[in-house]
Amino acid sequence: MIEMIETAINWIQSQYLIWTLIKIIVITLPLITAVAFYTYFERKVIGAMQIRIGPNRVGPLGLIQPFADVFKLLFKEIILPAKANRFLFVLAPVITLAPAFAAWAVIPFNDFLVLADVDAGLLYVLALTSLGVYGVIIAGWASNSKYAFLGAMRSAAQTVSYEISMGFALVGVLILAGTLNLREIVLAQQGGIFDWYWLPLLPLFVIYMISGLAETNRAPFDVAEGESEIVAGFHVEYSGAAFAVFFLAEYANMILISGLTAILFAGGWLSPFQGVPLLGDTILGEGSILWFLAKMIVFMFMFLWYRATFPRYRYDQIMRLGWKVFIPITLVWVMIAALMTVLGIVEKGV
Amino acid sequence: MMKRVIEYFKSLMLLELLAGLSVTMRYFFRPKFTINYPEEKTPKSPRFRGLHALRRYPNGEERCIACKLCEAVCPALAITIESTRREDGSRRTTLYEIDLFKCIFCGFCEESCPVDSIVETGFLEYHFENRGENIMTKDKLLAVGDRFEAEIAENRKQDAAYR
Repeated sequence: MIEMIETAINWIQSQYLIWTLIKIIVITLPLITAVAFYTYFERKVIGAMQIRIGPNRVGPLGLIQPFADVFKLLFKEIILPAKANRFLFVLAPVITLAPAFAAWAVIPFNDFLVLADVDAGLLYVLALTSLGVYGVIIAGWASNSKYAFLGAMRSAAQTVSYEISMGFALVGVLILAGTLNLREIVLAQQGGIFDWYWLPLLPLFVIYMISGLAETNRAPFDVAEGESEIVAGFHVEYSGAAFAVFFLAEYANMILISGLTAILFAGGWLSPFQGVPLLGDTILGEGSILWFLAKMIVFMFMFLWYRATFPRYRYDQIMRLGWKVFIPITLVWVMIAALMTVLGIVEKGV
Repeated sequence: MMKRVIEYFKSLMLLELLAGLSVTMRYFFRPKFTINYPEEKTPKSPRFRGLHALRRYPNGEERCIACKLCEAVCPALAITIESTRREDGSRRTTLYEIDLFKCIFCGFCEESCPVDSIVETGFLEYHFENRGENIMTKDKLLAVGDRFEAEIAENRKQDAAYR
């Protein structure tokens, strides 16, 4: 019996396509579940910060709520606006969602758990996260609606501006790590919480998180949606399953940015107790996927925390912040990061 | 000049943002105000003005004497009363209707009533499913009164000192 299973596993592993497909499913299914529960988590956290208790009716503690929401959306009618571009209108949500999932291909969960150990992993991630905005622009244009178009324009301008500061923040990491491979970037941060890159790159870390908010169009940078100004921005005309896909994409993107922050600035799967006497020798000191998930959840919580705290930025202020504050700071700190490596203040990774 | 430079670097520390974040974090751990409605309810004043009721005396006789004061005082003209002389010679209503769509729940009828017959109970969880159910007929009002008599009497007793 055991031999049979072994041969079966060996056969599957020899079939490259099937094996890859299985790996993709193993990453994607938990991701979709995570997105579902992230919406629940968001409502609970924001509720708590407004001294409410949030959803608690569907299932124990309201845990089934996200599924109730999904079924509600799926059963609703998809309305195609008059004179909308049918093909692009349907394509747009898919374009938004696909990169949010595709980027997970290069995310290392621990030393060996990674779908594709690509050497240009960081470039790949950067490329895919900026692809998402095309879905938004196409959605806004294809809807044939003023509000949707305005939302799309705002989103495009905002994403383009913050892409630059985000890119420079990553350059800082690259200089310290000396590699584009995400797995090696994490390995370059070996040795306790103060060896992770958030400390030597503190300004870049903060800017990366804020730009991440802007990239994902989340509060306080949610002018692309801006319900009080342009109703719902680029997805006014979407309903039912198509809207659900946009929703899914937004949350998947937030989880992705949280994961990237954990990898680039917070040592990925490495333990914060690494190298600490006593604690570092126990199982807590070993790096594992659990540490990675814990760090991700912390950053995911921060997204919600910001949303509960800050009011929406005015549009021109967003532009000012991106171009006149973030880009100069990142430029300066990239120089400082370079100096730090040259002078040997921070150990160079590779 | 120096002051502006200091201000600039202060703003880079994001101090205001951190202060805001700490406020929301404090609230995060506060005990919540939410009341789980069907299971928990907020306390109600004995003066609460909910669904109307017509009361009876302990011997079962209805209190209403068809004086029509409530009909006269009703600012929304929601009350309709018709009366007749009963065999024993007392004046009684044949028709006593309150249109709940017109009623503004001001409580004037209750105040005007010389025999404490028409009252507003603390009951507020009612609904209509068909047209016409919004008219509270005499039978329905008396039924509400019978159902909540204990509660009504208790509320009157508590409020008696202030009337």
